[in-house]
Amino acid sequence: MTCVKEVIKDADMIRLTNIHKTYQGAQPLHVLKGIDLEIKEGEFVAIMGASGSGKSTLLNVLGILDDYDEGEYTLAGTLIKNLSETRAADYRNRMIGFIFQSFNLIPFKNAVENVALPLFYQGVGRRKRNALALEYLEKVGLKDWAHHYPGELSGGQRQRVAIARALITHPKIILADEPTGALDSKTTVEVLDLLKDLHRQGMTIVVVTHELDVGMQADRIIHIIDGQVVLGTTEGQECEQQA
Amino acid sequence: MKLMDVDLWEEIFDSLSRNKARSFLTAFGIFWGVFMLLLLMGGGKGVQSMLGQNLGGFASNAGFMIANTTSKPHKGLARDRAWTIDLDDVAAVSNCVPEVEVCTPSIRRWGATATADNRAIGVQVSGERADYIAVEDPKIRIGRGLNAIDDAQARKVCVVGSRIVTELFPDLGPDGDPCGRFIKVDGVAYCIVGVSGKGENGLTIGGSATTIVHLPYSTMQHTYNRGKEVDILCLTAKSQVPMSAVQTKVESLLKRRHLIHPDDTQAVIKVNTEAVFSMIDSLFVGVSILVWMIGLGTLIAGAIGVSNIMIVTVKERTTEIGIRRAIGATPRNILVMIMAESLVLTLVAGMSGITFAAGLLHAVERGAGEEGFQISFSLAVGAALLLSLLGLIAGLAPALRAMNIKPVEAMRED
Repeated sequence: MTCVKEVIKDADMIRLTNIHKTYQGAQPLHVLKGIDLEIKEGEFVAIMGASGSGKSTLLNVLGILDDYDEGEYTLAGTLIKNLSETRAADYRNRMIGFIFQSFNLIPFKNAVENVALPLFYQGVGRRKRNALALEYLEKVGLKDWAHHYPGELSGGQRQRVAIARALITHPKIILADEPTGALDSKTTVEVLDLLKDLHRQGMTIVVVTHELDVGMQADRIIHIIDGQVVLGTTEGQECEQQA
Repeated sequence: MKLMDVDLWEEIFDSLSRNKARSFLTAFGIFWGVFMLLLLMGGGKGVQSMLGQNLGGFASNAGFMIANTTSKPHKGLARDRAWTIDLDDVAAVSNCVPEVEVCTPSIRRWGATATADNRAIGVQVSGERADYIAVEDPKIRIGRGLNAIDDAQARKVCVVGSRIVTELFPDLGPDGDPCGRFIKVDGVAYCIVGVSGKGENGLTIGGSATTIVHLPYSTMQHTYNRGKEVDILCLTAKSQVPMSAVQTKVESLLKRRHLIHPDDTQAVIKVNTEAVFSMIDSLFVGVSILVWMIGLGTLIAGAIGVSNIMIVTVKERTTEIGIRRAIGATPRNILVMIMAESLVLTLVAGMSGITFAAGLLHAVERGAGEEGFQISFSLAVGAALLLSLLGLIAGLAPALRAMNIKPVEAMRED
């Protein structure tokens, strides 16, 4: 906890202040009950919590996939609040790289096309974005699989394609939702190594997981219980180094 | 996102070809609708033009008056009295009814036989003046028509229907020129000067146009000893004057001249082409309303099919669309994608419908040897525009639904 307080506020990549979120319905569900959270640039953070704790909702808010009711969310100095759908799409495209549990590749597009898709929505020309996509596939070691369809790839390979897709827009943060949830232990290690590599290169990474093994790889673990950040749960290598 | 981007087309093609059977069946609804609409329109138009050709030759404002026995006693004359129109009536009508453009007499003989070289054919004989052409154009195919000099000199010349030529002069072939040859009708020889081009199904007065022998009026008058008798009083009205009005006037004039009771509805038979033309016109108005209802109905049913299937497709693609939204597609991107898909499906299906209909109509034209079936280019363009509109409308509901898919859907586990 001490190390977080030392961080200069302006260097925060993510700053959440008193975030509230209620799902409206016949029985309104108050999911996020005043989340306060700061994540520095270059940090590797794991968000952990039981199912129903609100960690998925928090991830949706962080990823600008969903709106929140109260509080303030600042991402890389930009206030993310009450955005239009188009604006939100643009911010997602340029600032956030998503990695999903079920990979979420588009099945009828091959690896290169999947990786290049975010650039398509930026209006980047076909040739340029395919060249870039190939470059990123090479970085995740899948150059030879560039023209295979997701159905022809193993789980680990698919997740690496998804990681290449997340990286291609040079996002500010990588948001990973149970990135190893659908992988066996061997490929889990591969994917985690890849994430740690990215971390070493200075990328800010937020992983949502309920697997402690995965959480332990992070600099810091944030526990969410019943829609609130539980204090005093900070751990990981970075704090030890700084201490 | 550029509309002409190759990727957009690739995606449309991808998603349509992913479920070929479904795309095909959906497209078939549109295809069939367009096909039926254009085929029926072309068919209706063709039949109309064929009928028009058959009516052709007759002035659309022609009228005919024929004498019949009276049905009422008048001025001391008993009922059931026979009377005839005569040449003085023709002159009187011309002088006294200003709305009449042409008034010309015609005499007829049914059941005559024409012979040449030991061949014979049953014919109708018609005696007519040169100005009869204003009432019915014989559509001279070979040679010339009857003229005023033929009539003045009571020449023994004739214009014959095409079947008379083929039956009596088989040596000439179907398009041979019989002018200068002679045929005998009721024992009198006439020199052929022309051949009428009217077809088998043509509208005529009494019998087929292909077996009529047209003689100069005076020739027939003398040959058959008809005196001043007129079988049919033929009229055309001045433009903008309805023939029925003219005929009413002519009728009362005739009744006065022949001492017929003014209220006698039987004594004068009136026929006019106006009624025939307007009947055929209204028939075809009815046919085209039906065609439009069937065609448009099928087409709209097809479009609703497209819309339905697209909604199902969008539902199936919820996760995919969520992924796209999560990685940066704007709602507009999604809207354009789904609309374009619907538009392409509709247009491809519709264009093949247009092509097939045009092809089939072409085949019909060749097969029937009749022109006028083929749809016009502007109709085809209009159909294509209508299709684009339908495609857009059909795509609207599914596209709006797709647009409202939230990016959170990408996170949902299936």
